[in-house]
This record gives sequence, structure tokens and C-alpha cells, in this order.
Amino acid sequence: MALKTWRELPIGCVVSEPGSASEYHTGSWRSQRPIWDNKKCIKCGICYVFCPEGCVQQTEDGFFVANMDYCKGCGICAHECWPRAIAMIEEG
Amino acid sequence: MIEVRWHGRGGQGAVTSVELLAVSAIAAGKYAQGFPSFGPERRGAPVAAFTRIDDKKINVRSGIYEPDVVLVLDASLIGLVNVLDGLKPGGKLIVNTAKSPDEIRKDLHFSGTVATVDGTGIARKEMGVPIANTTMIGALLKVTGVMDLDAMKESVEHRFGRIAQKNLNAMKRSYDEIKISN
Amino acid sequence: MGKRIGMEVAVAVAEAVGLCNIDMAAVYPITPQSHIAEHLSDLVADGKIDAEFVTVESEHSAMSAVIGSSGAGARSYTATSSQGLMYMHELLPIASAMRLPITMAIANRAVSGPLNILNDHSDIMPQRDSGWISIFVENGQESIDMSIIAFKIAEHKDVMLPVNINIDGFQLTHMVEPFEMPTQEEVNKFLPPFVPHATLHPAKPVTMGAFAMSDYFTEIMKAKDEALKNSKKVILEVWDEWAKLFGRSYKPVETYKADDAEVLMLTMGSMGETAQMAIDELRAKGIKAGLVKLRLWRPFPFEEIKAAIKNAKKLIVTDRANSFGGPGGPVFSEIKSALYAEVQRPLIYNYIYGLGGRDVPVGDFTGMFEKVLADTANKQADTYEFWGVRE
Ligand code: SF4
Ligand code: SF4
Repeated sequence: MALKTWRELPIGCVVSEPGSASEYHTGSWRSQRPIWDNKKCIKCGICYVFCPEGCVQQTEDGFFVANMDYCKGCGICAHECWPRAIAMIEEG
Repeated sequence: MIEVRWHGRGGQGAVTSVELLAVSAIAAGKYAQGFPSFGPERRGAPVAAFTRIDDKKINVRSGIYEPDVVLVLDASLIGLVNVLDGLKPGGKLIVNTAKSPDEIRKDLHFSGTVATVDGTGIARKEMGVPIANTTMIGALLKVTGVMDLDAMKESVEHRFGRIAQKNLNAMKRSYDEIKISN
Repeated sequence: MGKRIGMEVAVAVAEAVGLCNIDMAAVYPITPQSHIAEHLSDLVADGKIDAEFVTVESEHSAMSAVIGSSGAGARSYTATSSQGLMYMHELLPIASAMRLPITMAIANRAVSGPLNILNDHSDIMPQRDSGWISIFVENGQESIDMSIIAFKIAEHKDVMLPVNINIDGFQLTHMVEPFEMPTQEEVNKFLPPFVPHATLHPAKPVTMGAFAMSDYFTEIMKAKDEALKNSKKVILEVWDEWAKLFGRSYKPVETYKADDAEVLMLTMGSMGETAQMAIDELRAKGIKAGLVKLRLWRPFPFEEIKAAIKNAKKLIVTDRANSFGGPGGPVFSEIKSALYAEVQRPLIYNYIYGLGGRDVPVGDFTGMFEKVLADTANKQADTYEFWGVRE
């Protein structure tokens, strides 16, 4: 995508398209991925709250998964999960 | 142009007086400035305030160093501050005191006009408070003739509402009772 | 022409802002600005104007609040002085980059230390490069007029920039003096409703103040520079419109007896009128002295300033602040750079004066002229000096 010239910038650089950050796939940053062990999970939702990307989603059965398009592998979910239901494993 | 320096103490209303006087002069079609000595305000400390009145637009915005008139709201300041500082030799000194003009003249060795009135006594009788700032405006108008006493009515009413008339009465009395010695 | 009334200038500024249909004000009191904050909050509390007065806990919060509220599409106002302005500093370039048409009165006061509280221009000068339109006024009438005009300039669709109005603290703010106050009907006629370029609203979400890296930062700075330069056209138009409606005309640079002057003096702010009296005294003595008053500090009026001073032999630039360890006063360096490419240009002398409230009577201005005229060998040209400093 060609970068805009200074003349083409909107006034005050306002981003007028809501949710455009979703075009940014932070999943490409990931070198480790979180793996959920639902046998240990108590469905407390801490991982959902703490994920800085907001990519942890609740499934119909009440457990949690990460959207891998956006999960950047930071490991915060695993760190915060006190029943230790989340493990970080190397990618690739 | 006439330049007046007021001496009082923080809390005695010198700034209110210069404001009332300037507002009234402007309403009467003149040009005027009213301003305090700039800086922190401290109750009881000696303060000065200033008035300029002219028939044409006033451009000068610096302080007043050689006033035509000095008005002392509190006679206890005499000796504490040099109230005559810069006062023009033919200038006018107005003091709120029960003393006679000649007594003040002797105390201060001043050769110009000296005028005295017991503003505090008048204020106490007319308004029940020993604060003579508005009262002394009457004395100033009599001594300088810069404008009519009536010109004060509107701004005093606007400022004081219910107690305006008492202020105007006190002003009128100091206007009538001021003793002037040329 | 309206009737002249007398009022303290700071109170009158609040009254004037009260005529401007503001939606919100966030003003933290600080001497000598406080009377603006107090009177404006009175107007809101008494129900005289329909606006929100946000009682913030600091100037940093005041500026943050008006940024948010202007972003939400509300006409927003603030005012400050000295340390308060310094405390706002980090937010000022953000307001201008976001192109939020906030207006702010600055009751100019010396910056600490030592703590001082009286008037000079050392508070606004460090904000020079914040991307705000910056106007200096010289009397009460101008303080009122500019307080109203600022909204129209700021909110013009071709401007959309914040404006600060520099009103000398005490010298102007605490002065009871005569002026004409426009009526509500007149202001309504002059000032259209605020139409923001974008608004923060949940129904149509936008992002303001987003992150930008090196791939865009240069373009954004260039756009901001162009916006500020282009604002001059609108400023001139709006001032002309004001002159037509109210008979009081304003120009970026104003002159007094300057046409045939051999020695000119340049002032900014409330010193202009006193300096004018010095010019009259010198003229009476046969000295061809003249005055140039700089009203628009940003965008800097290069063309107008060049036209006003190019024919003089000598120019005295007065500054109310200093650039420590630098080339002299900030106005001095600006004027020098404006004249750099001119073949015909006056010798320039710089006097830094009136610092921390030091009074400047007429005799000081005539003294500056006399000193410059006595420098027949031009030895002191292109230097700066702290006027009246005890050696
Ligand atoms: S933090 Fe751990 S226990 Fe809590 S919901 Fe997430 S995975 Fe389950
Ligand atoms: S690793 Fe980080 S980004 Fe990925 S789900 Fe966990 S908290 Fe979110």
C-alpha cells in the first residue's frame, strides 16, 4: 500500500474507520503459543481479562481459546493463570 | 489628567475604591484607570492603589510616581510609609483623620493642599463599620472636583445593593465635612 | 458604536467568553489569571451561561479536559499563567496536532525561579513551537475582542487549530479601564456554531491521537506547519470582518508614526501604548522615532514585519524574555531571521526589559532611543542588553 503524502492526511490524523486495528495481524510476532489444558481450567476468566490483545475468547462450553491471528505469544495468560492450565510452547 | 495614589492596609478596601471610582468616571463619559499595586495581597500590610482620570484616552500603563493627589485611608500609616513620596509640590494630600489639616501639615511639613475628615467616624455612624474606603471617595471628589458626587450612585448601587444608600450617605457626609487648607 | 463601560479586564474577558456560547470550560486558578476562572465559574453557577465548568485539580488536567471535550465536539475554553502554562506544556503540541480548536487566555507572568508572579513573557516563549496560533494584545478592548475572535479563527474549517491570547498579567488583567462590550446579538451574528472536523461519539467511533512512526511522522509535522501558515489568511479575513462589524481593526503588525521614522521600536503586548507616548515626546523634540507593534506571534507575519521596518536606519527590538546562553531575546532572533535575506535592513538593537514585573515608564523608552541614537559608530548594533540592570 502506498504511503500517503502530507496533503492526503486527514485533519488531525483522525482514524475514521472503527476497529481498523483488526487489520493488524499481531499473530505474526509470535514465537511461542499458549496451549490450554481444560482439565485444569476452572473457567475463572483471568486469561480473558489479562490478554493485552483481547484475543482470548470463550467457547460455548465455557472454556477459553486464543485467536491465533492476533495472539502474539506474550505469555501473560499463562503467567496469570493460577491453576496453571496454560502452557507456552515453542512455535514451529 | 489627574493621578491619585491611595494608601491603606490590606483589607481596608483601597482596591474597591479605585475600582468604583474608575467605573463611575468611565460611566460619566471620562477615561480612567484603576489598579492595585501589583503583587501578593496581605491583610493588614500597607498597600497602595492608583487612579488615573482624564478627558481623553489614557495611553500610559506604567506606575504612578508623581501623583497629583495622595489619599490616606488609614492615618496610622503616616510615619510607617512615606505618604508624600513623589507628591507634586502643589499637590493635594487627603487624610482620613479626626485631626485638623494644620496638624497634619505640621506633622508632615507639606506645603500643598491638606484636607482632613474623620472618615472612620462617619463610616461608623452611617454604616456601622469602621471601614472608610467608600466614604473617602466623597472627600476626594470634593477636593479634586474631578466629577460630581452623583456620578458614583450607579456603580455603588450595582456593587452594594441593599447597603448602597448607606455608602452614598457616608460619601455625601465626607464630601460636606472635609476641611481643606490650601 | 456601543457604550464605553469600565470593568476589570480579567472579569471582562470572562464576560466576553460568556457571550461565545461555550459548551465547556476547564480553568485552574493561578495568579494573575484567577479572576478569569472565578468570574467564568460564577457565570456558569449563576445560570447565566449554559456550559459545563469542570473544576480540574491542575493545569495539566485542565488542558487534558479541554482536549477531550473539544474532541467530543464541544466549544472548549481554558486560561492560565506562568507555572500553569509550563505544566500544560507537554499537552500543547498534542492539542495542535489533533487540530482541536481550543482557545486559551494566558495572563502572562514570569516563570519561576525565583518565584515572582508578576508580568513578563517568559511563560509563553517556551511554548512558541507548540503549533498554536499565538496573539498578543495591548489593552482591555483588545483582550475582549480577541477573546471572542479567537473562537472564530480556531474553528474555521481551514484552520482547526488552538489559539492562545496573551494578556499581560496585572498590567492588563488587574486594570479597571474603559472599553466597549459587544452585545449577545452582535456576537451571535459574528460567531457561527462550532462544526468539528470529527467527533468522539460511540455512534460513529473514530480514533484521535493515534500512534505514528517514522513512516508518517514527517508528513504529519509538515501538515501541521502548513496548517499554521495557512491560518494567517483566515486570521486576516476574520479581523477584517470584525472591523466591519465593530469598527475596530486589527492587523498582524501595527505601526505608529513609522512611515518616515529613522529609528523604530518594536513592542509586543501592553507596553505598546506607553511606548507610543515616548514616540510623541521624541517627535516633539524633532527626533524621527516610530513604533511597530507585533500582534501576531504565530503564524509569524514575515511579509508585514519586513514592510514595516525595512526603511528604518535603526530598529530597537524589545523583549520581555530571554533565551539564556542564546542570541538574545526570542523576538530579536525572530526579527533577525526575518530580515536575513533583505539587502536593505536596519541595524538592530535588543533590549530585554520589564522582567518579573519591573515597571517601564515612558522615560525608559525614550532612554532606549537616546542610547541607540548616541551609538553613532554602531558599536552596539546586533547585541542584546538587559535594560536597566544594576551593574
Ligand atoms: S486463567 Fe486459567 S483457569 Fe482461569 S479461565 Fe483462563 S485458563 Fe482457565
Ligand atoms: S500469549 Fe499473550 S497474546 Fe496470546 S493469548 Fe496469551 S496473553 Fe493473549
